Amino acid sequence: MNQPVRVKTLKIDDRDVSGREDETILEVARQNGIFIPTLCHLEGLTPIGACRLCLVEIKGVSRLLPACVTRVEEGMEVYTQSERLQKYRRMVLELLFSERNHICSVCVVNGHCELQSMAQILGMTHVSVPYRFPRLPVDASHERFVVDHNRCILCTRCVRVCDEIEGAHTWDVMGRGIDSRVITDLNQPWGESETCTSCGKCVNVCPTGALFEKGKPVSDRQKKRQFLPYLTMMREERR
Amino acid sequence: MSKKRIATVWLDGCSGCHMSFLDMDERLIEVFQQADLVYSPLVDLKEFPEQVDITLVEGAVSSEEDLHKIRMVRERTKILVAFGDCAVTGNVPSMRNPFGAKATLQRAYLENVTLHPQVPREAIPALLEKVRPVHEVVKVDVFIPGCPPSAETIFLALSDLLADRMPDMAKLTRFGA
Ligand code: SF4
Ligand code: SF4
Ligand code: SF4
Ligand code: FES
Repeated sequence: MNQPVRVKTLKIDDRDVSGREDETILEVARQNGIFIPTLCHLEGLTPIGACRLCLVEIKGVSRLLPACVTRVEEGMEVYTQSERLQKYRRMVLELLFSERNHICSVCVVNGHCELQSMAQILGMTHVSVPYRFPRLPVDASHERFVVDHNRCILCTRCVRVCDEIEGAHTWDVMGRGIDSRVITDLNQPWGESETCTSCGKCVNVCPTGALFEKGKPVSDRQKKRQFLPYLTMMREERR
Repeated sequence: MSKKRIATVWLDGCSGCHMSFLDMDERLIEVFQQADLVYSPLVDLKEFPEQVDITLVEGAVSSEEDLHKIRMVRERTKILVAFGDCAVTGNVPSMRNPFGAKATLQRAYLENVTLHPQVPREAIPALLEKVRPVHEVVKVDVFIPGCPPSAETIFLALSDLLADRMPDMAKLTRFGA
């Protein structure tokens, strides 16, 4: 445990900042009040770099790198706001919207959705690629919760929180690429799941209306996420 | 300065966007001091005029008629505005897309009907297989998301357009607003 902490110094958007060697660009940026958009990332869960919304430019590196899974390095020069990044971030969002059926006006979390507010924050006013309009199921077999695959963006927050925090590992991902889908147990109806403890963690970390609680008014759909960093911290202390 | 000519068109929408337009209340006077409404479901005119500066289009492109109409409107309009989520994303009308036009007609006119079930074939335009947002069919210059966009949003967007400025819509509204 008691190894010396090494500190790296770097620049983000021309500002001098520093971070521990095991910290990511995203963590250091947030500590310094620099905004980098994210969707799959959630403090308290293992970062996986799935959504690519947090892409940043690094001087001397031709590829764009995801800030949530890229460690800070000495002398790094990171840019988070270039025209090029804004363009790609909007493109990522447009692809997410076009892939499934995100109809905000009839969604249970309208007004409390991270995808919806990200579109607004990043100035996306329409989707310039053709919508796919896939035919997707809704599973309401669980006595308290519903999964609506039309709204899922495959961020896998539900998968990670159920595995890493609740320890049930009810959720997983099935299929490949655009046909991927989150499943409960071995693709059984959620209501028949033997592993699910009905704790509701997955519902609360889901950024969209893909997972929601039955019988709650729309005005009451604010997701509660404060518990996450706390639970992670307590677990780590006990290790 | 000569008055601008504005129009509004109603494709496959619920008219909520037009209701929101009327909700501008007394600010309508301000708008119409700078512009003439030359065509709209709100005025009694049959033909879409030749030259229009700004046209707001409510609704998605859903039928053969919508397709025909929007192409003609585009030709005669300088600045075409996708007005509300149906025009911008397909929104509620597009919820039939995963099922297709045939299944939709069947559900509406056959399965849910007890008296004389039949799919109408005369006097109403044929449905397209898929509902499309306006910009998938013709070029759109300005997008006003919202279901419906608030009167405030419409007023601010129109004020900008009438003053030859491009409005920053992301600041004013969002999908589903
Ligand atoms: S309710 Fe809890 S146990 Fe059940 S799937 Fe969600 S996180 Fe896992
Ligand atoms: S159900 Fe929600 S939390 Fe799970 S992957 Fe889909 S969007 Fe993410
Ligand atoms: S965007 Fe909403 S209010 Fe406007 S026409 Fe469509 S459903 Fe109606
Ligand atoms: S937040 Fe970094 S890839 Fe999703």
